[in-house]
Amino acid sequence: MDFEVILSYLPLYEEALLLTMRIGWLGVGLALIFGLLGAAVVHLRLPVLRPLAVCYIELFRNTPLLVQLFFLYFALPKIGLHVPPDTCGTLGLGLLGGAYMAETFRSGLDNLPVIQSESAQSLGMNRMQTFRYVILPQAVSSSVPGIVANIIFLLKETSVFSTISLMDLMFTAKDLIGMYAKTLECLTLLVVFYLIMLLPVSLLGSFVERRLRHAEFGD
Amino acid sequence: MEQTLLKVQHLQKNFGEKVILKDLNLEVRKGEVIVIIGPSGCGKSTFLRCLNALEEIQSGEVLLDGKPVRKELKSVSTMRQKIGMVFQSYDLFPHKTILENILLAPIKVQKRDRRDVEEEALNLLAKVGLADRGDDYPRQLSGGQKQRIAVVRALIMHPEILLLDEITAALDPEMVHEVLEVVLSLADKGSTMLIVTHEMAFAKAIADRVLFLEHGEIAEESNSPKDFFEKPVTERARQFLRSFEY
Repeated sequence: MDFEVILSYLPLYEEALLLTMRIGWLGVGLALIFGLLGAAVVHLRLPVLRPLAVCYIELFRNTPLLVQLFFLYFALPKIGLHVPPDTCGTLGLGLLGGAYMAETFRSGLDNLPVIQSESAQSLGMNRMQTFRYVILPQAVSSSVPGIVANIIFLLKETSVFSTISLMDLMFTAKDLIGMYAKTLECLTLLVVFYLIMLLPVSLLGSFVERRLRHAEFGD
Repeated sequence: MEQTLLKVQHLQKNFGEKVILKDLNLEVRKGEVIVIIGPSGCGKSTFLRCLNALEEIQSGEVLLDGKPVRKELKSVSTMRQKIGMVFQSYDLFPHKTILENILLAPIKVQKRDRRDVEEEALNLLAKVGLADRGDDYPRQLSGGQKQRIAVVRALIMHPEILLLDEITAALDPEMVHEVLEVVLSLADKGSTMLIVTHEMAFAKAIADRVLFLEHGEIAEESNSPKDFFEKPVTERARQFLRSFEY
């Protein structure tokens, strides 16, 4: 292993990490919004919107991110829609993640005891009030383990961004290997940088889960 | 004679093919305490749940102050505010503190002023002996304490009638008493209540009227609880009451 090579590559990897994190976390943010909306629509059985949400979830859950990105980046321009690569990345990740998040939130919503919404209704709350003040907060907190797993999954999925010419970590590594053939150094750096991005998420996630479990089951 | 508050006419409830309640009729006057007893599966709990429209009914109607209480109607949330209900499984909201549990509906649903409701909540908490527990979470309370909070949460809405569905059935024996004390004091103050219970001594002490429900029908009704518990008229009620003796 040539440490001088590693040192000289560091700035490139740092730049790639920033780009990956920026697009990745924006995508995660979108995914949370799409997921919450999708789950709410499905759970509340809203007319018209519900079948649309179900189609969205099934479409994006059952196609690879790579295909979705190709579609956004290469197919949309054919109908006159030119989307810049970083927007494609964010949007693709958001749409894919939204479908996964929706399923995670939905299981949290569906697993709440019925008596919780019945007691809210007995207090005169309408459906929206029951959902907002009683059901949703509990469902979100019970979904946290699934949400954390989804976030880690989505951040790892950013590695396919390289295919739509985004200079993310994967792109940088492949590019450097292609030019200088320092395969071992490049791939080691790649592993280390993914860990830098994801370990804090895992650790923070388990911390939050522990706190929530404590809140649920007491001391 | 006090005015009729709640009127049930020809209420019929099915679960699929199965008839749970058939042609039930009942008039509840203001201030009356009615205890409903009967074997498991006789439809007591379902009956209470029909009264605040948690269940859809197949025919008949429930009228509170002459206005229909029906699940499909838009007015159902408004009507439910006038009908307090407490369940068996002290279903407090686990993500909210005791005080937040009590304040949520008056503030968000009735849009009352937070300071006023909070003052009332603290008064009610003191009355049920839990003045210092407002900031705790439900998980920190015993079953009996949670159930007293559930009663307070229903009371703060100023309901015209209270439905109590086996509220002591999930409690340890020593906690049953503390909850029933609270209910007795409500009866003394003139609250209108419909109570489903298996506590026969309590039923006898609190009831103005007893309904014995079997197979979804009122098999026996008595305006004198003392008579009912000592010498029930129907054979089925006699058998049922005997099952509580040793």
